[in-house]
Amino acid sequence: MSTEAPEAPAPEEPRRGSLHSGKGRMADPIFKWAVAACGTIVLVILALMVIRTTSEAWPVFVKEGFFGFLFGQEWTTGNSRTEITGTYGAWPFIYGTLVTSTIAIVIALPLAIMVAFYITHLAPRRLAKPLSYTVELLAAVPSVIFGLWGLHWFLPNVLRPFFEVLESVLGWFFLFEGPIRGVGYLSAGIVLAIMILPIMTAIIREVIAVHPIDQRMAAYALGSTRWEVMRKVVLPASFSGIVAAAMLGLGRALGETIAVLMLIGGSQSWGASLFGTGSSMASHIAATFGEAGPEARTGLMAIGVALFLVTMIVNILARVIVWRLGRMTGDAAV
Amino acid sequence: MSTMTTTPPRPHVPLSTRPPGASYRRFKDRAATVALTGAMILAMIPLVLIIFEVTRRGIGVLSLDFITQTEPPPRREGGGYAAGFFGTLYIMALAVLMSIPFGIATAVYIVEYGPNRLTSTIRFFTDVMTGIPSIFVGLFVYGLLVIGWGGMGFGTFVGAVAIAVMMLPIVTRSAEEMLRLVPHEIRNASYGLGARKWQTIVHTVLPAAAPGLTTGSMLAIARGIGETAPLLLTAFGSGLIVTSLQGSPQGAVPMQLYRGAAQPFEAGIDRAWGAALCLFLLVLAFTIVARWIGSKASTNG
Repeated sequence: MSTEAPEAPAPEEPRRGSLHSGKGRMADPIFKWAVAACGTIVLVILALMVIRTTSEAWPVFVKEGFFGFLFGQEWTTGNSRTEITGTYGAWPFIYGTLVTSTIAIVIALPLAIMVAFYITHLAPRRLAKPLSYTVELLAAVPSVIFGLWGLHWFLPNVLRPFFEVLESVLGWFFLFEGPIRGVGYLSAGIVLAIMILPIMTAIIREVIAVHPIDQRMAAYALGSTRWEVMRKVVLPASFSGIVAAAMLGLGRALGETIAVLMLIGGSQSWGASLFGTGSSMASHIAATFGEAGPEARTGLMAIGVALFLVTMIVNILARVIVWRLGRMTGDAAV
Repeated sequence: MSTMTTTPPRPHVPLSTRPPGASYRRFKDRAATVALTGAMILAMIPLVLIIFEVTRRGIGVLSLDFITQTEPPPRREGGGYAAGFFGTLYIMALAVLMSIPFGIATAVYIVEYGPNRLTSTIRFFTDVMTGIPSIFVGLFVYGLLVIGWGGMGFGTFVGAVAIAVMMLPIVTRSAEEMLRLVPHEIRNASYGLGARKWQTIVHTVLPAAAPGLTTGSMLAIARGIGETAPLLLTAFGSGLIVTSLQGSPQGAVPMQLYRGAAQPFEAGIDRAWGAALCLFLLVLAFTIVARWIGSKASTNG
């Protein structure tokens, strides 16, 4: 870039007096204020988000109380236009979100760590870049395609047979109690795991890549095997980065809508079995928004606010960890 | 240093003898290699399966009709996603106009006028914004524009606003990285020729960073095209071609795909696979071309 960049701007004819004329003098501050105004748009949008959605959802929080809303078991919408007449307890949806995200993290985190180590330490150097691109290509697949593929191919061909085996072996355990409906918490969680794998791999890979090479070389010089270098030198040093990656992945999983909506089954109940159907917070909003009346939409707005709060806390914690690690570059930031 | 002298000299061991535990350690190393390779393969399987299945079931549906005709009722065969394609194009054009200039301007402010307290605040919240659930962005635009202060109702424009809000942090973050790559010598050379700061930025820094900015913008577009959840709450969806900017619900490919996949009739599901193939090819094209421009730009440097 630098080799051709100096030639890029054509040398301009200096306009006479432009440096000292009043108009020219004002151009710089005006430009600065213009770009600064664009920059503050992000802050304005975020502030508007918080204010607008919270004020919209406020009547529901007032009626149910904050904890009553979070832990209430019943979700019955009313039809009023002016007041809140239904009962709004979001626990079944909060439970669905927690269960699916936990499944996703439990599956994806070990896999992401292993893939990141494979790419950075074991892959032939020529393969490392294509491999990481390919994994990240998975992140580019729109979530609605994951939903379609998950529902119409992955579920009947892979997950259902797998569930049947799981149920016959571990059916006595309350998490794997039948009946198997196909769609449900576990299906949504597994597809979520595939979806959050790329971002977690990308971040862990970058964290591992910034690990100083002299430490690794010292460990090899002491006679360590490759595994020992990975396990005892690089892994402990990358721990906080891995935590950050897990939290960013968790943030994605909490907020994912369409794929979960298509795979979780969409019932308003909740139960301990992972084969059971339910709803996550995001999927319930998307599923019922279209037919909902004004009052029900207020209730959905309240779920949205709760979801926003949780994802914000998770994301801010993760970002703080990442920022402490130093500036991350490239795709891990997106 | 004194410890060196106090260690008792070790008995001489021929190099061919391995220390105790060596074979176990070697076995562990081998096992770990196998496990990590297995994990890599396992991680690639879903992508291969998705590409294969989407291509296999989508390819038969694609034809000129698929792009030029609107969708019949789900149980009837034939027809296409013309409404969705038109809506996606319309929404994306507006969203690009809204998000990319603001995103790049924000990056210019952060890189050229920072670091100060405001720029680091903006940077932090841009990062945070990438993690906001897309469904919440939909709720926000619904609350702000559809029923709120604007009272605009569903339509193309509010859908585009939602997509633009999703794209903005991606554009900003990548543009910021690209502007930082522009060497300081270029800026100094421009100042040395008597250019003002804004002239330096507009005529020197931005052209030098242009390939990188294109990469970031295209990745953001690739992300925006596939967004479904925010549109369900703002554009709302339509099976017919809608040309009005605002006031009547607008369709989009991902929304139509979702509705097609969620109903039970085979013909509608087939069309959904076709749409998935189109969407996938679009996203893939944008992603690969973006990477290609990006890598070309960085190898020149």
